[in-house]
Amino acid sequence: MEISREILIGMYSKMLLLRRFDEKVVELYRSGMKGLYHLTAGGEAVAVGVCSALSQDDYILSTHRGKGHYLAKGGDLQAILAEFMEKQTGCNRGKGGPMHIIDPSVGMLGANGIVGSSLPIACGAALSAKLRRSGQVAAAFFGDGAANSGVWHECMNLAGIWKLPVIFVCENNFYQESVPVSRHSSIQDLYARAAGYNIPGYGIDGMDVSAVYEAAVEAVQRAKRGDGATMLECKTYRFHGHSEADPTKGLRYRSGEELAAWLEKCPLKQAKARLLERGWIADAELEAIDQRCTQGIEEAVNFAKSSPDVPAEWALKDVFTDDQGEICHEGC
Amino acid sequence: MREITYREAVREAMREEMRRDSAVFQLGEDIGVFGGSYKVTLGLVDEFGTERILDTPLAEAGIAGAAVGSALVGMRPVAEIMYIDFSTLASDMIINTAAKMRFMSGGTIKLPIVIRTQEGGGVSAGPQHSQCLEMMFAHVPGLIVVLPATPYDAKGLLKSAIREDNPVIFIEHKGMYASKGPVPEEEYLIPLGKADMKREGKDITVVALSRSVLFAMEAAERLAREGIEIEIIDPMTIKPLDRECIIQSVKKTGRLLIVHEACKMYGFGAEVAALVADEAIDYLDAPIKRIGALDVPIPFGMRLENFVLPNAGDIVEAARQLMA
Ligand SMILES: Cc1ncc(C[n+]2csc(CCOP(=O)(O)OP(=O)(O)O)c2C)c(N)n1
Ligand SMILES: [Mg+2]
Repeated sequence: MEISREILIGMYSKMLLLRRFDEKVVELYRSGMKGLYHLTAGGEAVAVGVCSALSQDDYILSTHRGKGHYLAKGGDLQAILAEFMEKQTGCNRGKGGPMHIIDPSVGMLGANGIVGSSLPIACGAALSAKLRRSGQVAAAFFGDGAANSGVWHECMNLAGIWKLPVIFVCENNFYQESVPVSRHSSIQDLYARAAGYNIPGYGIDGMDVSAVYEAAVEAVQRAKRGDGATMLECKTYRFHGHSEADPTKGLRYRSGEELAAWLEKCPLKQAKARLLERGWIADAELEAIDQRCTQGIEEAVNFAKSSPDVPAEWALKDVFTDDQGEICHEGC
Repeated sequence: MREITYREAVREAMREEMRRDSAVFQLGEDIGVFGGSYKVTLGLVDEFGTERILDTPLAEAGIAGAAVGSALVGMRPVAEIMYIDFSTLASDMIINTAAKMRFMSGGTIKLPIVIRTQEGGGVSAGPQHSQCLEMMFAHVPGLIVVLPATPYDAKGLLKSAIREDNPVIFIEHKGMYASKGPVPEEEYLIPLGKADMKREGKDITVVALSRSVLFAMEAAERLAREGIEIEIIDPMTIKPLDRECIIQSVKKTGRLLIVHEACKMYGFGAEVAALVADEAIDYLDAPIKRIGALDVPIPFGMRLENFVLPNAGDIVEAARQLMA
C-alpha cells in the first residue's frame, strides 16, 4: 500500500499534537495538577496509526495510558484538559479524571484503570456491531503487561470462535511498570500467541506510523469482511517513567543507553524525515503544524482553566440513570 | 523511642520474618527493584534476592493461586495485590478457595497465606484506585481481615499475620504510608483478633478503622476542649472481631459511634451496631451513630472526594449530636 502525502502529513500532525499535549500535561502536573498521569510519548505511532485506519463511528477501548488514543480518535482537547482539572466541561464532567476518559461521541468507549479491561469490553462492542450488522469495528489497546492477564486469554478465544470484528492492538513497550517483558512473558514475540486462538497475529514496528497504519487498514478490512479478529503487536517504547510520579524516567530498572537508543527511533522524527525525504513538506509547513498544535493546546488550557469547577454535590449524581443529585443518599 | 513511617514498619516486619523463617517469601507486581507502587518493599530484593522477592506478571488470579498452592505444600507466601481494587481479579482464589479449603478438607490442610494490599482515597486516584473493600472479604467465612492504623500496629500485626496458619487479608492505607509513629527496636508481636484502646474516655465509644482512627484522634482533641471525652477503640482485626472490648466500652460510656472510610451502607459499622444492639442495648443512652463514605463511587477530583469521604469534622459533629 502506498500511503499518500495527505495521510502521512495528517498522521504526523496528530502525533505532534500528542507529543505537545504530553509536554503540557507534564508542565501542568509539575505545577500542581492532581491525578495519576501515564503519558504517551514514544507510543504516538501506535495510537495514531491505528486510529487513522478507523472511522469516526468505529470504537476504541483504551487503558490507563489512554490520552493519546483519545486524541488520535478525534477526541476534544478542551474536554480532556477540562477533565484533568475537574471542570464541568470535562469529557467525563470532571468525575472520571485522567485514567478514565470516556467520550462515546468519538467512539471512545472508555479508558480503563484495571489493566486488561479493554479487551472484554471491545469484544462486547464488536459483538454488538456484529449483531446489529453495523459494519463497525472495535479496537482494543493494551500493553505487554496486560497480555498476561487471565481475561486476555478469554477474550482472544471469544473473538476467535465468534469471529468478532475486533482488533487487538498490543502496545509492547517492553515493560509492565518496572518488569521487562523478558521476565514477565514466556514468549518475546507476543503476536505469536494469536496462532493459538486461530487469529492472525502480526509483529509491527510500532515506531513507524506508516507500518502501523498499513497493518491496521488490513485488520479493519478483515473485520469488515466478516473474517474476524486480528492481533497487532506494535513494538514501541515509553519515553517517560511508568507515570509522571516517577521523575527518573524509569532509570531505576532500565538503562540510559536503552532509552537513548529508543529516543533515536522516535516516531515523530521518522515520519518527519520521510516527509522531507520525499519532498512532501517544507520547513515552513512543519513550523505551521507545530504552531497549530501548540496554539490549540494553549487555547484548550485557557478554556479548561476558565471553565466552572464541578460542584461537590455532583458526587451524588450519575450513580444511576435517574440520579439528579437530589436523591437522599445514605452517608456521613 | 525511635519513630518510623508506616511504610518502614511494614517493611521491617517483612524483613524480620523473612530472616527468621526461610519459608516466607513474597510475590507481587513490581515488588522487586521498583519496590512496589508505594515503595513498601523497596530494598528487600537486595537482601533476599529475586527468588524470595518475586516479581510477577500482571496476573492477580495467578498471584493468589500461587500463594494458595505454595502454602499448601510448605511455603508461607506474602502476596502483594497492588491496590485492593485489583483484588477483585484475585478474589476467586481468595474467596472460593483460600477461605474454604481447610474447611472442605475437614481440617487436613492449612493455608498460611498473607495477602497484603492497600486501600483508600485521598490522592485523586479515582474510582478504580480508591475503594475500601474490606467488607467484601470480612463477609466470607474463613478469612482473617486486618487493618492497621499506626506504624506500631502495622509491624506487630503483620509479623503475627505471617506466623498465622490461616489466610490473612492485610489491608494497609495508601494515605498513611508516610505517617510516623514510635516503634521499638526490639521485637514484638501484636495478636490478631484483639482490639486496641487508642484513647480512654467516659462519654462516647468511637469504634474507628484504619485511617479513620487518625481522624478520631484528631476529633478527640477538639472535643476534649468542649468537655467531651471520647473513647477510641481500634479493632485492628475486623474478622475475627474483638466483641468484648467494644461491648465493655459501650457499657461504660453508653454511647456508640462507628467510623470507617468504606461506604456507610452495608459497612463495618452496621455489624458493630447490630452487635451492640444485641448485647448492650440496655446500656445505650443515645441512638447508635455511624459515619462512612457516601454510597457513590469515589470521584477523581479532590473537591468531590472530600465531599464523599468522612473526616475529623464529621466525627466532631456526630459526637456533639450524641451528647446533645
Ligand atoms: C488488574 C491490574 N493490576 C495491576 C494494575 C497496576 N498497573 C497499572 S499499569 C501496570 C502495568 C501495565 O503494563 P502494560 O500493560 O505493559 O502497559 P504500559 O503501562 O506499559 O502501557 C500495572 C501493573 C492495574 N492497574 N490493574
Ligand atoms: Mg508495557
